[in-house]
This record gives sequence, structure tokens and C-alpha cells, in this order.
Amino acid sequence: TGKAQSSGRCLGLLRALLSSPVTSDQIEHLHRRFKQLSNDKPTLRKEHFDSVPDLEFNPIRCKIVQAFFDRRNLRQEEDGLADEINFEDFLTIMSYFRPIEPDMDEEQLQRFRTNKLKFLFHMYDSDHDGIITLEEYRKVVEELLSGNPHLEKGAARSIADGAMLEAASICVGQMEPNQVYEGITFDDFLKIWRGIDIETKMHVRFLNMEPIAHCC
Amino acid sequence: IPSVSSIVPESCLLIVVGLLVGGLIKGVGEKPPILKSEIFFLFLLPPIILDAGYFLPLRQFTENLGTILIFAVVGTLWNAFFLGGLMYAVCQIGGTGLNHIGLLANLLFGSIISAVDPVAVLAVFEEIHINELLHILVFGESLLNDAVTVVLYHLFEEFANFEQVTIIDIILGFLSFFVVSLGGVFVGVIYGVIAAFTSRFTSHIRVIEPLFVFLYSYMAYLSAELFHLSGIMALIASGVVMRPYVEANISHKSHTTIKYFLKMWSSVSETLIFIFLGVSTVAGHHYWNWTFVISTLLFCLIARVLGVLGLTWFINKFRIVKLTPKDQFIIAYGGLRGAIAFSLCYLLDYEHFNMRDMFLTAIITVIFFTVFVQGMTIRPLVDLLAVKKKQESKRSINEEIHTQFLDHLLTGIEDICGHYGHHHWKDKLNRFNKKYVKKCLIAGERSKEPQLIAFYHKMEMKQAIEMVESGGIAKIPSAVSTVSMQNIQPKILPVERALPALSKDKEEEIRKILRNNLQKTRQRLRSYNRHTLVADPYEEAWNQMLLRRQKVRQMEQKMNNYLTVPAHKVDSPTMSRARIGSDPLAYEPKADSENLPIITIDPASPQSPESVDLANEELKGSGHVSSSPEEEEEEGLVMRPKEPSSPGTDDVFTPGASDSPSNQRMLRCLSDPGPRPEPEEGEPFIPKGQ
Repeated sequence: TGKAQSSGRCLGLLRALLSSPVTSDQIEHLHRRFKQLSNDKPTLRKEHFDSVPDLEFNPIRCKIVQAFFDRRNLRQEEDGLADEINFEDFLTIMSYFRPIEPDMDEEQLQRFRTNKLKFLFHMYDSDHDGIITLEEYRKVVEELLSGNPHLEKGAARSIADGAMLEAASICVGQMEPNQVYEGITFDDFLKIWRGIDIETKMHVRFLNMEPIAHCC
Repeated sequence: IPSVSSIVPESCLLIVVGLLVGGLIKGVGEKPPILKSEIFFLFLLPPIILDAGYFLPLRQFTENLGTILIFAVVGTLWNAFFLGGLMYAVCQIGGTGLNHIGLLANLLFGSIISAVDPVAVLAVFEEIHINELLHILVFGESLLNDAVTVVLYHLFEEFANFEQVTIIDIILGFLSFFVVSLGGVFVGVIYGVIAAFTSRFTSHIRVIEPLFVFLYSYMAYLSAELFHLSGIMALIASGVVMRPYVEANISHKSHTTIKYFLKMWSSVSETLIFIFLGVSTVAGHHYWNWTFVISTLLFCLIARVLGVLGLTWFINKFRIVKLTPKDQFIIAYGGLRGAIAFSLCYLLDYEHFNMRDMFLTAIITVIFFTVFVQGMTIRPLVDLLAVKKKQESKRSINEEIHTQFLDHLLTGIEDICGHYGHHHWKDKLNRFNKKYVKKCLIAGERSKEPQLIAFYHKMEMKQAIEMVESGGIAKIPSAVSTVSMQNIQPKILPVERALPALSKDKEEEIRKILRNNLQKTRQRLRSYNRHTLVADPYEEAWNQMLLRRQKVRQMEQKMNNYLTVPAHKVDSPTMSRARIGSDPLAYEPKADSENLPIITIDPASPQSPESVDLANEELKGSGHVSSSPEEEEEEGLVMRPKEPSSPGTDDVFTPGASDSPSNQRMLRCLSDPGPRPEPEEGEPFIPKGQ
């Protein structure tokens, strides 16, 4: 059947993408979830994500949904946002949230980490120019604080400004008064995240063991 | 030559001091005091546990809670039964004279000595600065195993009096474990909530705020101990529960008081405990039996090692970050025994346990061994094995933003996948907390403050206080990066010299005025009547003033260096129109004002809107809350672009005569007002709307 075929294809694709064994159980579970979300259609569109119940409480839901359609995350050649994604793309995005395998060597671990950070970077960098500018950072903080309607207007701005200052001083150090720090590039981003082990933090457990709960 | 303190941990030295003191007292002919159990459990132990519980790093604790619980519960049970059983076997061996010790007595002994002691662990681990994961694992285990110890202890103590132990008794004993631990936690949570609720209403009596924290925690401990529930767990639960709410409610001074009192009490307690241990060793009746003592020691070590190895093998199946053999070694090696075991044994009744002295001797030997040998050697071993040390990293605002972002992202992904995992439930708990709990337990506006803002304010306050302590304007720390707001604002328009060149003496005048007014930060020493102790609104104002000083200092710096105003990015057409317009673009702090002259800077011509924003951007640069142009509050140092009365005017140092009287209020903390125009109203400082 089509399902088994695509399952098999996905297995092969994932193996190639992730270079590690992924059980077909996990893919089955994800496939079922995909069909639930897409109402049994072969592709997902942005509107389908509105049916996820708890997502509406999430302050950064727009960014999350957008991340699924971001061509850079889908490893496609073009830039910009896709209109719809199929199951393989869905799996590709999910693969960013794999937990680390115990038998990874140093180089694999490094690549793993860079991939995850790139995913995060793309979420911050909404205009796809490769740099997180002050405006984009401000928007991120505003979204994070969007769950609190009665906030002072300038609070998000100040926080973002302070954070950008800090980032600039970490990445560049001493700056002359007329130098301009354009924004956080990916390398700077890596520098900021240096102390934090993202590979242990950014994972979803279901990719590791048997799915425990099914959401309706 | 390395100093003594770098080789020998403090606990060892204290025990030695105790031994000396005990020996001295005995030599004089007096009877040295023994560490009485009531004193230990009622007065010496609670401060240490409260200190640990109140400042528990909650994030790491909850992340590793499963591991910690398994070590605490299963590990302690394993230790107790393994040790008890083997000791019984040893006692049965003929020729040792130990035949009279029954199985239950041995099991009781095993349960007393199997628990890892929080006091000893704290004392040793604090000094070696090991990485946070290991620290929280061993320390968490030592805290949570109290429930197991309490249950086993009381169980075996009672069983020893029974003729027969039936299965029902054993099952009841098993159930009582849940009652003891969960009951203790429940009691702690209740008292924690009450304490948080009380702190909501203490805004008028700031002085006794710390008292509530100590009082309610201690009552939680006593209440739990009264019902034979786990007092330690009650104490920790109450500290953990009350902390976020209490800290949002109490003043900064109370927070400092609590911190320092807890640290002081726990230090004193710890010192006394170890000294008393030494004295009790000298004073107590001992009964040395080679077989018993040596086999106890041996089996303790073996049990610990086997337990850790076995449990880690099991736990690593479920952990993302696996525990390496190095970690396992440190966990096993860090299983120190301490004064709790000693006191528990001391509580034993002589009639039913006539071998109490032998037990005591064995326990003291084990304690000495673990504290001295393991305590002294763990530091070189940590260095030898190159175990990861604690990273002294300051929490940065970037990290906070990224962590929150990641949390929300992972919650979102979990929702999309339909997997109700870790993040999902944590998010639900947070939302529940925000919606219902915070409203009840936190006073006023702070209940709605999101965590990011709270964190940011905390950081700012810390910086402001640091700046004050470093002596104010005079010093600019050289290590500070020279990155400032203008570096991160991209230049779009070409830079023009928009400000008129100020003549030299005008510059001097500016500088003098600023410096004079901003140096008045020394609080006049006043005799504190407890009714007039500085209350919160003034503290708020103090903070505001500090922040404002910071900004003015930055502004002054910039004015000194770059009179060329860098162009800024125009936000939006409406905003730039608002700037050109006549609305004063007031930089407005949140609350109250200071008696400073208003310095208005007038752009050379109204056609260069970008020049106006020097004030705005610089002042916003240190991250203070700014407000929209439309708000009418005008206070403090206001940078205001004025329409020039005639083109080319360059003298704009008019003190703000057009400003509202609110500008003329004096901050209570400033002792001398400094040169300023006459206040329009002679009223003392009135805090704005409490």
C-alpha cells in the first residue's frame, strides 16, 4: 500500500539524513499524527496547525509553525517559505529534535549540535538574510512576552536592546564608537551558545522510546 | 607548601577540634557534654536543611528528580538491607561473641548507617566545586533519603519489640513509607503556601518579613516531626514552595537578611555539629569489637559501590545524559555518613538495645572514616580524574531569552506531535501557576510580571548596586566593553553634525551640574526607628535613581566623546512625526523624581529628526522602561527636544521652568540637594501612588 511504500521510503530517507537507525514504530506513530493533523490529506498546510489544541497558548506559535515551512530547514535549494509540506518534510523537521546517541563521536556530535543551532537560528532570523538584526531580536522578545497584555510598551524593547548589547560585547568585545554591529551572524550565535549544551536540551523524548500517549 | 585548609576539609578540622576539647574537658576531670539527640534534631539540623531547601537549584533538581529519587529510595533500601543482612550473618559466626544480636537489631543498625548525610555531603562538596549535575545528584539524594531512614528506623524499632513480625506488618510498613514522605511534603507545601500568603500583606511591616520565612519553615518541620512524618522533606518542600512568591513580595533588604541569616545559622549549626561529634567521641561509652566494626566499615563501602553501579546501569536506560563511570565513582565516593546517623543511634533505648554502645562505636568509626579519609581524598581524586568542575558563569539575559524560547519551542513541538511529555506538563503547571496561584500569593502588580522581566529587573538592580558600591561616577571599570547602544543601531542616514557645538564653558557647566547632583548618593546615617525604616516606595525610588544615574553617566560619557549625533534608524513614519512634533519626548522613569535640573537639548534645526534621538536612544540604552511620547508624566532628568525659539539658538540650559512641580521633589535618599533652582513647592518627597 501507499502507506507501507512511503514508510519504507521514509525509513531510507531518514537513514540517509540522520545516519542512524530509526525504528519504524516511531515513523508509524509520526505518520499517524501527520494524517490526523492534515485530515488524511497528503500535505500539511499552515491552517492545519490551528487544530492542535494546546498550541494556542504558546507565545511563539507563529514562529514554530513557520519553522515547519521554512525551506532552509527543509534543506531545499530555494529560499523562502513553502506553502505545504509532505510527510517527508515533516520528518525532516522532526529530525532536528532527536536526542543524542550514546555512540556518536566528536565530529558527529559537532555536526549534530550545529544542525540544531541552525534550526534555532532560522527561527530567530525571520527575513532570511543570515543575520539576526536588532529589529528581529526585538520581535522575538515581544513574542515571548506576548502572553502578558498589560506590559509596559518599552519593556520588550529594552530587554532586546540589552541582550543585543551583551551579544555584541561577547562576540566583538571592544568596539569603536562609530563601528556598527550589524547583527548576530551564525558564528556569533554559536559563540553565544557555547556554554550551553543544546544537544542535550533540544530533544523530544518520543523519538527515543515507544510512544506513550496519543493525543486526540 | 599547601595550607592545611586546602588539604583537609573543614569538617575534619572541626572534628579534631572537638576531640581536643573533649580530651581537655576529660583531662580536667569534668564530664564532657554529649550531643543530645533533641538538641541535634530540634535546633542544629533544621537551619542547615532550610538553607539547603530554600536555595535549592530547582531547575536542575527537577530535571534529575527521577535519578535522585531512585538513588535516595532504592539505594538506601538496598544499603540498609544488604548491610543489615550481612551483619546478621557475621554475627551468627561463632566465636565473635555477637550471637545475641538478632536480625531486627542488625537491620535497624543497617538502616541507621545506610543513609547518606546531607550535612557531611554539603560540608565536603561545597569545597570541591564539582559540576552541578553531580552536586545535585549526591546532595538531592542525601536530602530525600530522610523519608526512607525515618520509616525504616521507626519500623525496625517497633518490630524489635514484637514477638512476631507478620506479612501484614511488612506491608503496612511499606505503605507507611508513602505516608511519611508524601505526608511530609504535603505539610511542607501547606506551610509554604501560608508563608507566601502572609508575605503578601507585609508591605507595611517590612522589618519582620524574614521572620515569617523562618517561622513557618520551622513550624513545618516541627509539625511533621510531631506526626513521625519526614521533617526534612517538609522543610525542603516549604522552602521550595514559598520561595518564588515570597521573593516577589518582600523587599530587597529582607531578601538579603534572609539570605545572610540562613547562611549564618547553617554555618554555626554545621560547626557545632562537627565539634560535638568530636567531643561525643571522647565522652561516650564505647565498646569496641573488632569484628563488628571492621565488617561494618567494609560492608558499608561495598554496599555503596554495588548500589551505585547497579542503579546507574538501570537509570542510564532512561537518561539522556548518561552517567559516566567517572560520575558513578564520585557519586559512590561521595556517600558520606554524618551526625544524623550518630544521633539516631543515640536515640535508641538502652533497655531494648543493650548493644547500643557497640553500635555507637561502629557508627562513629564509619563517620570518621568517611569524613576523614573520603573527605580528604575526594579533592585530589576529582583533580586526578579530571571531573568537570562547576562553571562560574553569570546568567546573562541572552541565556534567559534563549532558554525560555527553547522551552516554548519544545512545548510546541510536543503538542504538534501529540506527545504529552515533560515540557507539556511543565508548561501546563506554569500556566496554572500564572493564572491562579500567583494572583493569590503575590501582592499587587508583581503578580503579573513575566519571568523575563523579573529576571531583567533583578539583573539591572544588581548592576546598579554594583555601580553604587564601586564609588559612583568616578570609576569606569576598564574591563567593561565599550559597546554601547550606538554600536548596535545601524546607521542608515549619513552622519551629520546635528547638535550645535557647545562652547567649552557650557560643556563644563553641564558636567559640573551633572556631577554635583549625581554624587549625592551617600545616605545620611540616621538612627533607625523601626517605624520609620525605609519602606518599599523609597527603595523603589532609590533603584530608579540608581538606574537613572547610570544612564546619565552614559549620556555624559557620550557627550564628552561624540558630539556628533549618530543617525538612528527611523522606526516608523508616525514615530518620527511624533518626534518632530511638539510633544515632549520625555524619557520617563517609572516612579518618582529627583531634584535635578532639566537639561533640554535643542536640535539645531527642526528638519533633522534623527538628531533628537540622541537622548532617547542613549537613555534607553541601559534598558530602562521607557514610555510612549504621549504620556504626561514628567519627572527627573528629562531630555527634551524643544522647538527653537529662533533658528540657531544654542543655549538651552534653561532649567525646566515649564515643567510640572513634580520635578522639584527631592528624593529622600539624597542628603544634599546640590545646586538647583528653587523648588516650586517646599514639600518633602511624596512617593507616587503606592
